[in-house]
Amino acid sequence: MNESQGMTGLILNEPLLWDKGNKGRSGYSLPRPDIENSFIDETLLGSGPDFPDLSEMDVVRHYTRLSQWNFGVDTGMYPLGSCTMKYNPKVHEILAGLNGFATAHPLLPARMSQGALHLMSELQSFLAEITGLNAVSLQPAAGAQGELAGMLMLHAYYRKQGRPRSKILVPDTAHGTNPASAALCGFRPIPVSSDDQGVLSPGRVSDLMDTETAGIMLTNPNTLGLFEENIRTVAEIVHARGGQVYCDGANLNAVMGMVHMGDLGVDVMHLNLHKTFATPHGGGGPGSGPVCVKSHLAPFLPIPRIHKTEEGYVLSDDFPDTIGKLQAFWGNFSVMIKAYCYILSMGPHFLKKASQLAVLNANYLKESLKGVFHLPYDRPCMHECVFSDKLQKAHGITTLDIAKRLMDYGFHPPTIYFPLVVNGAIMIEPTETESLETINEFIRTCRSVAREAAENPDRLKLAPVNCKVKRLDEAAAARRPCLAD
Amino acid sequence: MRYLPHTPADIAAMLAVVGVGSLEDLFGSIPADCRRTAEMQLPQPLTEWELRDHLERLSRQMAAGPEYSLFLGAGSYDHYIPAAVPFLLSRSEFATAYTPYQPEMAQGTLQGIYEYQTLTARLLGMEVANASLYDGASALAEGLLMAIRITHRNRVAVSTAIHPLFRQVVETYCKPAGYELMEIPFDATGRTDMAALDQIEKPAAIAVQSPNFFGCIEDLKAFAEMARKKEALLVATFAEPLAFGLFKNPGSQGADIVCGEGQSLGLPRSFGGPGLGMFASRLKYVRSMPGRLVGKTTDQNGKDGFVLTLSTREQHIRREKATSNICTNNSLCALNAAMFLATLGGTGTRQLARLNYDKSEYLKKELCRAGFQTPFAGPTFNEFVVKAPRGFASTYQRLLSKKIVAGLALEPFYPELHDHFLMCATEMRTRREIDRLVKEASV
Amino acid sequence: MKEINELNFPEDLRYADDHEWVRIKDHTAVIGISDYAQDQLGDIVYVELPAVGKKFPKGAEFGVVESVKAVSELYMPIGGEILSVNKLLEDAPERVNTAPYDDGWILEVKVENPSELDSLLTKDAYVTMLKG
Repeated sequence: MNESQGMTGLILNEPLLWDKGNKGRSGYSLPRPDIENSFIDETLLGSGPDFPDLSEMDVVRHYTRLSQWNFGVDTGMYPLGSCTMKYNPKVHEILAGLNGFATAHPLLPARMSQGALHLMSELQSFLAEITGLNAVSLQPAAGAQGELAGMLMLHAYYRKQGRPRSKILVPDTAHGTNPASAALCGFRPIPVSSDDQGVLSPGRVSDLMDTETAGIMLTNPNTLGLFEENIRTVAEIVHARGGQVYCDGANLNAVMGMVHMGDLGVDVMHLNLHKTFATPHGGGGPGSGPVCVKSHLAPFLPIPRIHKTEEGYVLSDDFPDTIGKLQAFWGNFSVMIKAYCYILSMGPHFLKKASQLAVLNANYLKESLKGVFHLPYDRPCMHECVFSDKLQKAHGITTLDIAKRLMDYGFHPPTIYFPLVVNGAIMIEPTETESLETINEFIRTCRSVAREAAENPDRLKLAPVNCKVKRLDEAAAARRPCLAD
Repeated sequence: MRYLPHTPADIAAMLAVVGVGSLEDLFGSIPADCRRTAEMQLPQPLTEWELRDHLERLSRQMAAGPEYSLFLGAGSYDHYIPAAVPFLLSRSEFATAYTPYQPEMAQGTLQGIYEYQTLTARLLGMEVANASLYDGASALAEGLLMAIRITHRNRVAVSTAIHPLFRQVVETYCKPAGYELMEIPFDATGRTDMAALDQIEKPAAIAVQSPNFFGCIEDLKAFAEMARKKEALLVATFAEPLAFGLFKNPGSQGADIVCGEGQSLGLPRSFGGPGLGMFASRLKYVRSMPGRLVGKTTDQNGKDGFVLTLSTREQHIRREKATSNICTNNSLCALNAAMFLATLGGTGTRQLARLNYDKSEYLKKELCRAGFQTPFAGPTFNEFVVKAPRGFASTYQRLLSKKIVAGLALEPFYPELHDHFLMCATEMRTRREIDRLVKEASV
Repeated sequence: MKEINELNFPEDLRYADDHEWVRIKDHTAVIGISDYAQDQLGDIVYVELPAVGKKFPKGAEFGVVESVKAVSELYMPIGGEILSVNKLLEDAPERVNTAPYDDGWILEVKVENPSELDSLLTKDAYVTMLKG
């Protein structure tokens, strides 16, 4: 392809739902009423919601047009750091929708739900094997809820010992959900700064770790895309003072089959099925954030837990030390189906291959873009690499401008302004499902954008020009919020 | 492997640029004592058709599908999902997109969620709704935490007529921070006991579900007045929002925060998840609200557009001082509900709600004629409690073997309610099915 | 964001090292945030103001200022009772950006202890600190 893939297309306008339709239109096939109207106390009746009446085609056109304003992984490369926007296999969507699963009621007797319970039980054992930990709960709805589960378990663990702890160490590169989840459990987050290599230093951890501290919440590989090479020593220091090691598993895509988290000293970690295990992001959810623990923390896992008896799989609440429940039912089952399918389709060899290729793609990108953008940590990276806008600042161009211009070329921008330790951070995670051609196209595009920044900065300042809207006034949206019509 | 596009030639070329000899060399920064030596013990990969066979076999080991007559609700409801809805939801521009942090490329998700927020606010009768939370139970927990933040009080009063599983989640969220959970019992009519509430001093919130777990309609207006007197917030929760197509919505009765489960709005039951945490409040409390919010604004050319807004409440900026730790919402589920409500329309919502009411009233009448009692007088919506005649436990099992699920036994949740069952009839239960249940149950 | 020498710092004010300014008038003090602070924060969207009548000691957190992408706590440069707050900021928080020393003032406080002013910085000392 000689031209950039970011051409303008036919983008149709579409009003809001209530600006369409006509009273009396219908899009729904109401069942035949085969019973009489019953008496109803009129004083309890409301006037019903102010919704428009639309025909089926009104609705179909509406959402078809809306979808065309969106960019997904299926549209093009989506190199968002720490999000692992890999390809979502389509057979998983079909299998998650199988009638036996989709119409299953969660409160039926266990013997009538064996298919689902078998799937969940097997998925648990797969995740335990992949992480190298011993017990799993699939209940948390997303990564943040998985972190909350982990923090609640640590809180319960110390309370059971009769010695509650009030603080927890959080590296300065941590994702915002980490200190937020800790604070929800009453732990005060204590920041630990990374060393000049971008990783945790045992010395700094040792200075801060005491018997008032519940432990450390680390991410490995960390959000700079670097393997925490001192993790075993850090874990030893934390354990020596009675603490526990929590690992945020968001970046697991770099190391599947490569490391055994349990051996590294991790006591509890959460996973993001919507990242590593290829379930779709859905525009912001639903995800699934299973939590995995070493045996000593298993008694605190959320209930119910699945186990196999002679009569088959059952759900049991009989765990007196449990932290309780995080969702009404058993977790995001249709998301679990897709992760289960992914693991069964890849097998151990290809899961490891996926991690290797994810890391290859990221290092190839890093080497190719060195000099195009400023690289704060010039060392081998894992599955993502972090650049900054330092070189473009000289022309008055920021990370934001670069991101907006990439859109015009048909790419979703990388993650910007995170991690906070790098000023103007640009975090690129290609994932293993992007081919060499696509990555080369991305590199060519970055070079063009960098050239424009030097020779024609207005092109970036005015970007994006090819999308449905130009840059939006976010200040006005926050000052005078208009949140519903 | 069809999801890994690299050929050996690709890999060789890339390794050369990176300057290492093999894929293994890329992991030099991992110390030797951190490496895994043996391959992961997982099954060998299945082909696509082997995968399908395996999953189809598992799905057949489920008591689901049209041959089962399910008279069971309790937070997961059997409503018809129009074909257009899953069809539209499968558009991968919606499904494979990320959170709309780059709004120019995500106007589809953003307008879709803005519409969902508006539809939710209108359905619940509230000024503002967020972009969704995980499920009804965690939404209720977040609602109580929000009330605690606003009033600076550490105690909440929670009705025991709220779904027992919702209450367990509330306990999990509130216990570690040391907040006090006071229970308000229900009375002989199956509704929350207002008199018991008199004893509770200075709560941050009064939490009541309507229709409650027993299907009974609660007098939210009276609870709102009580909350006003105690300078507390009324947190109204729900598991079956279709009720508001017929009965007065919580907002019109004075609720301050409304939060609950939206699964019945066109989401498949899916063995309980994902759900849809619907959450709304008065506009004056919006800065204390958890979760994402989509706002309308204009672009540089004055064109209307949508963005995520008021983000400074959230974890990625506020970190430990955030209103919640939540990051993802259940975006695709929210879009699902919006599509469902768009298809139903205002007229359809009212008709469907009325039909649900009439179906469950018919079931109630017929069961009473067959010797069941309805201990909780008072209006209900699509669910109600019956006290079964003696020996029903074995009848229940016999019905199960005939693929009829005759409600939910309440004793495991409410030990005092033995022989009580929660029965549900939505628009999906035909007159014939209802008649069959009653006939078989009376034998 | 601007360079230090493009920003404005009136001579007659005193400055705290976390960027609040103070203008003294007899025994009352008017407080706001400096041109540097508003420039760093970007478009300000919300200012959380305390209640009139409340008392805060020097160094206590009295409010919050939010921009689209950031939040900053506000700390009392001197202690005292809140006499009035700038209600105009409720509808027009952007005044803090456009006129940080005039229309964008935040609080008026009754000074408890005038000697607390001594530890605040003069304009020159504050600018030196910013450049440092």
